[in-house]
Amino acid sequence: MTLALLGTKIGMTRVLGERGEATPVTVVKVGPCVVLQVKNRETDGYDALQLGFVDAKPHRSTMPQIGHAAKARTGPKRYIREVRLDGPSSVKRGDVLTVERFLEDEITYVDVTGTTKGKGFAGVMKRHGFGGLCASHGVERKHRSAGSIGGHADTGTGRGVKKGKPMAGHMGTNRRTVSSLRLIKVIPEQGLMVIQGSVPGANGSLLMVKKAKKKG
Amino acid sequence: MSQQLIDIVEGAYLKTETPEIHIGDTVDVKCRILEGEKERIQIFNGTLIARKGRGINSTITVRRTIGREGVERIFMIHSPNVVDIVVRRRGKVRRAKLYFLRHRVGKARKLRELRLHKKAATATELTGTVA
Repeated sequence: MTLALLGTKIGMTRVLGERGEATPVTVVKVGPCVVLQVKNRETDGYDALQLGFVDAKPHRSTMPQIGHAAKARTGPKRYIREVRLDGPSSVKRGDVLTVERFLEDEITYVDVTGTTKGKGFAGVMKRHGFGGLCASHGVERKHRSAGSIGGHADTGTGRGVKKGKPMAGHMGTNRRTVSSLRLIKVIPEQGLMVIQGSVPGANGSLLMVKKAKKKG
Repeated sequence: MSQQLIDIVEGAYLKTETPEIHIGDTVDVKCRILEGEKERIQIFNGTLIARKGRGINSTITVRRTIGREGVERIFMIHSPNVVDIVVRRRGKVRRAKLYFLRHRVGKARKLRELRLHKKAATATELTGTVA
C-alpha cells in the first residue's frame, strides 16, 4: 500500500549528530487521519482512500458533511483529501491512521506535498531568476526589469511575443511536492515526524506526507 | 502549542546539565577534535563576551588574545563536541555583550574580578566543573 497521511507543518529546527554536525529539520505533526471512505474499482473505477484530518466544529459544518463523516463513525473534518492506492487494501472505513504506520513499514525517505507561501505579484528576478539590468552604465529606474521580450518582425516562427514568455505575475500558493526527504525520526507519542530539510508552505499549513516514490 | 512540539524534538539533543556561566567569566572550553580516526580534547581559554540563542541554538562567544591578534570562537553549548566548560575566574560586568573589549588594547582588556563573599560557594563555584 502506498502510504500517505495528512499533517501540519509545525516549524523548523536542527538536530545534532554524534560528531556535532547540525542537520536542518522540519517538524511535522502527522495524523491521526480517519478513513472517511474507501473507494474501489467496482463502484468508483479506481482504488483510493478518503482521509479526514483535524476535527471541524459540527455547528459550522453542513449536514452533508456531518452525515458523510457519521458513516465512518466520526465527527466532521476540516480537511478531506483523497489518496490513491495501487490496489485494494485491508483498510476499512472508520479506521484511524497514525504516524505509527510509517514506523511499521520502516520508511526512511518521504515525499512531502504542500502549498507554497504566497509571494504576491512578483517581478521576473524573483519569479524566474532573471538577471535584471545593470546597476550603473546609464541604467535608470530599470534595474530589476526583464529587458526585451521579443521583436516585431515575422521570423517564420510567428511574430510578436512568444506564448509562455516568462514575465512578472503572481507567484507562490502553488501545490508542490518535495521528493526523497530523509525521515530522521518518528515520535509516535505526539504524532511527530522529523524530516530533513525544508518543506513547502508556512508553519501551520496542511501537508501530505507520502512514502518516497524514488528512494528508500 | 507548536513551540512545545518543537521543544520535544530539540529536547532529545540538549544536554541535561549546562554549566553555570556568566558574561565576563574567564572560561576553559574543552573541545573535542577529531583528526582522522583519533580524537583529542583541545582547550580554548578566554573571556566569555556574549551568549546568544536559546534551546539547541544557544551559543557562547569566547574571546582571547593570541600574540597580538584577538581571536573569537563561537561554541554551541549543546554540541557534543563541547565536552566541558570550566569557569576559571568570574568577571564583574554590567552588560550582556562585552563587544567593547574588541577595541581595548593591553591592560584595559582586563575585567575586574567578581569576588564572592560566601565562603563555601567560592571554592566549588570557581573551580567546580558542571558538565
